[in-house]
Amino acid sequence: MFLEQSDLQAIWLTLRLATVVTAILLVLGTPVAWWLARSRSWFKGPIGAVVALPLVLPPSVLGFYLLLAMGPNGPVGWLTQTLGVGNLPFTFWGLVLASVFYSFPFMVQPLQNAFETIGDRPLEVAATLGASRLDAFFTVVLPLSRRGFMTASILTFAHTVGEFGVVLMIGGNIPGVTRVASVQIYDHVEALEYGSAHNMAAIMLVFSFLVLLALYAWRTDKGKRD
Amino acid sequence: MKTIMKNILLAMTGILLAIPAMAAEVNVAVAANFTAPMKQVAAEFEKETGHKAVLSFGASGKFYAQIRNGAPFQLFLSADDEKPSQLEKDGLTVPGTRFTYSVGTLVLWSPKSGFVDAKGEMLRKGQFGKLAIANPKLAPYGAAAIEVLTKQGLLTMLSPKFVQGENISQTFQFISTGNAELGFVALSQVMKEGKIASGSAWIVPGALHSPIRQDAVLLATGKDNAAARALLLYLKSDKAKKIIRSYGYGI
Repeated sequence: MFLEQSDLQAIWLTLRLATVVTAILLVLGTPVAWWLARSRSWFKGPIGAVVALPLVLPPSVLGFYLLLAMGPNGPVGWLTQTLGVGNLPFTFWGLVLASVFYSFPFMVQPLQNAFETIGDRPLEVAATLGASRLDAFFTVVLPLSRRGFMTASILTFAHTVGEFGVVLMIGGNIPGVTRVASVQIYDHVEALEYGSAHNMAAIMLVFSFLVLLALYAWRTDKGKRD
Repeated sequence: MKTIMKNILLAMTGILLAIPAMAAEVNVAVAANFTAPMKQVAAEFEKETGHKAVLSFGASGKFYAQIRNGAPFQLFLSADDEKPSQLEKDGLTVPGTRFTYSVGTLVLWSPKSGFVDAKGEMLRKGQFGKLAIANPKLAPYGAAAIEVLTKQGLLTMLSPKFVQGENISQTFQFISTGNAELGFVALSQVMKEGKIASGSAWIVPGALHSPIRQDAVLLATGKDNAAARALLLYLKSDKAKKIIRSYGYGI
């Protein structure tokens, strides 16, 4: 096997992180995207902007603020200590929380687009037929926005796999806990282990390409059929 | 008339040619831990020689990769002695120019006063949360910290408490933000005007680990760069050494 044990450990951790984050964001992102798609409130602008912030903020900014906020003197740190779960930096769940912030727009924006595309008509029809709003959401909106959910999940998962700057700032590089694949590659490069770096970097490259290829192929295919 | 014109032209050409030789510019890759002293050394150097030193700060491993791939640096101040010697083997340096410009001092530091005792005995009790060290694979200060703990027989007991910074700056950041209660950093990071600026510290005796030698080397690209050669010399001067020592480095 050309991968070291620690490389496999890093890849496994990365996949676990991306899966958990995608699952959490599906639950959190859906109502936010729904609200952004349907609301006419003046809040919509500011909230939309906050959701999109991680797209433009350097990961160092996000990582720095998260480190301060989750630290023993920060508000999140205060909360987690009060709840008795200790401090989040240097833990798996700290990475999860950071990634949820970092990948938020990648879940919300495709969903919002999908919801907006549906328009008012199907919901009005559902209401006429006596469906409650919740019922209409699950029986009308969800099936109609399958593509949006697929795109959002894939992008969120891939983006979390590709995360580096934030993890570097709050992870503490603990094997099996916070040392994800991108950090492992960075370590290999810094330690002049270019062979190992190449092996893992190539895997990441192929993985990212395949994910995007699948996404685009599937989209085009769906586009033809729809 | 013609000869006068010719002389003027000659003089002008001479001036144009002379300018780069008189006041040249050198691009220096500097290890992040040496940021503060190098800024001061460079300022003095520029004042005295009229040369200009353009400084880039970062991780030595990254600089090594960049230099191997044609980065426009003429002088490299590494955080260790390994990378300059590796570059020498790669044939990317001017042979015979490598030298130790500073020797780092390791310190166990906490921002809390009275937390770390002057002999580091508190390590044995292990009554603390996270202990930050620089990644021992990458950073000489991290490797030295591991050496110290190994020598004291504390490595197995304390390694579950480790959090690792990618470099010594990040390690310091983990501790100063309170996310790690204490950790091993460079004395230069916690020393101001000759004393520990805040918190409590154990200045680790040099005998407990192999010396943290930081080497500099003139890169092949700087072979004919007057400013690069001058700065290399300047780093060996008493004046520069005095600045370097004031930041907690030995030399």
